[in-house]
Amino acid sequence: MNVFDVIGPVMIGPSSSHTAGAVRIGNMAGALLPGEPVRAVIGLHGSFAKTGRGHGTDRALAAGIMGMLPSNSDIPRSLEIAKERGLDITFEEIELDGAHPNTALIQLWNRQGDTVTVQGASVGGGEILINSIDGMGVEITGNQPTLLVLHRDVPGVIAGVTNYLAMNGVNIGGFKLSRRKKGDTALMTLELDELPDESVTNGIRCFPQISRCVLIAPLQ
Amino acid sequence: MPSVAGYVKKAEEQKIPISQVILAEQSREQEQPREVLEEKMRQMLQVMQESAREGENPELRSHSGLTGGAASKVMERARQGESLCGPYFGKAVARALAVSECNACMGRIVAAPTAGSCGILPAALLTIMEEKGLSEEKAVMGLFTAAGIGTVIASNATVSGAQGGCQAEVGSASAMAAAAIVEMMGGTPQMCANACAIALKNVLGLVCDPVAGLVEVPCVKRNAMGVVNALAAAEMALAGVESVIPADEVILAMKRVGNTLPATLRETAEGGLADTPTGRSIAQTFFQQEIR
Repeated sequence: MNVFDVIGPVMIGPSSSHTAGAVRIGNMAGALLPGEPVRAVIGLHGSFAKTGRGHGTDRALAAGIMGMLPSNSDIPRSLEIAKERGLDITFEEIELDGAHPNTALIQLWNRQGDTVTVQGASVGGGEILINSIDGMGVEITGNQPTLLVLHRDVPGVIAGVTNYLAMNGVNIGGFKLSRRKKGDTALMTLELDELPDESVTNGIRCFPQISRCVLIAPLQ
Repeated sequence: MPSVAGYVKKAEEQKIPISQVILAEQSREQEQPREVLEEKMRQMLQVMQESAREGENPELRSHSGLTGGAASKVMERARQGESLCGPYFGKAVARALAVSECNACMGRIVAAPTAGSCGILPAALLTIMEEKGLSEEKAVMGLFTAAGIGTVIASNATVSGAQGGCQAEVGSASAMAAAAIVEMMGGTPQMCANACAIALKNVLGLVCDPVAGLVEVPCVKRNAMGVVNALAAAEMALAGVESVIPADEVILAMKRVGNTLPATLRETAEGGLADTPTGRSIAQTFFQQEIR
């Protein structure tokens, strides 16, 4: 066990689950949207809705979307900073069936109109679990480099991607596939042992059946 | 699994303090030179100093308005020489409040081991450094000893209030601080283990009952209690008082007590002080404000 998990992390208070974890959920949502977000609709569920403002969960999520880390002293001012940057944020209370009490549902848009919807839970001690991306079930902790590949659900795509990673010496530590229905769009989530070179993700993007490929560096 | 007894044995065999055992082990595990880890720990100490300063601001108030400004009052009294048990005591209490209030007011802190218990280690270490004229180096090594105790507790029990109640957060921080103080004051590894055991024993069963679910009431003031408890335990251990129950057994007892605590007393804000007439009324007012 790492001593800096016990003496640390350095974070903006008051709560590792309601503040630090919320920043990390925001980080993940921000990383999944191409370019800068201009609009965000943030749904707060359970304890996030009940005690969110007192814990700064709203400001923490906003800060995370803009890429701030959990130790950034600007987190308390993040809503004002979002305004200055032209990011329009709306908060709403929501109820999600069976979701963890500390769950946020974040939809983001960029200037080009691209959008992404991310549901994530803060599960304690600043640890998070992203449960779904654009309605497709995932299980992402953000602790390892994570590769997300959106593709057509046809034979050979998974083999193609995993072989390509193997050829480039990248080891896969975890794998999950999720799809809306057979033959439709599918999402591969690959947890990798090390962060691959940009050329590897560019190579995967050239595969004919692949519409999007995003590599997320481990969250801090 | 790491154990307090294991660390004490290694330290005694090699005739080095516990902090050096932890540092060597971490250097191997993390594949990092000792200097890098020491520097990282020094940064943690610096953040602790900054939080203590920020928390002393008399104007500080949390979003809910429930906490802020207590540290400044206690520090003022200590600086005027009016503290009941001398300046060291008053300053330690004030700094525990300061760092916890800094946390409650969305300031930057070091979770040690958690955000809710972040005031205890800085209060103990910074005050002892100042009062006893100890070097920053000593305090950094004190943090390694504290971290070693913390990893034993986290590995064999828990440091989460939601799992083990306040004893797991404030209790662990207090035990970590007690061991660190003993080492900084030149006590033996076994004295560190005794201090850790005594501090944790004293708060066994302490429940986590935050009013309105916020890390404010009673968390901030329990940090003040945590540092005083650490000082009492360290004072006993340094005088040669031993813990009848060894530290590792106390840690397991803390875990078992945590497991038997009802959910209402584990951070859910449904029992204890959260479930008093005043606690409920604060929660109700606060939630109405939230919705508006």
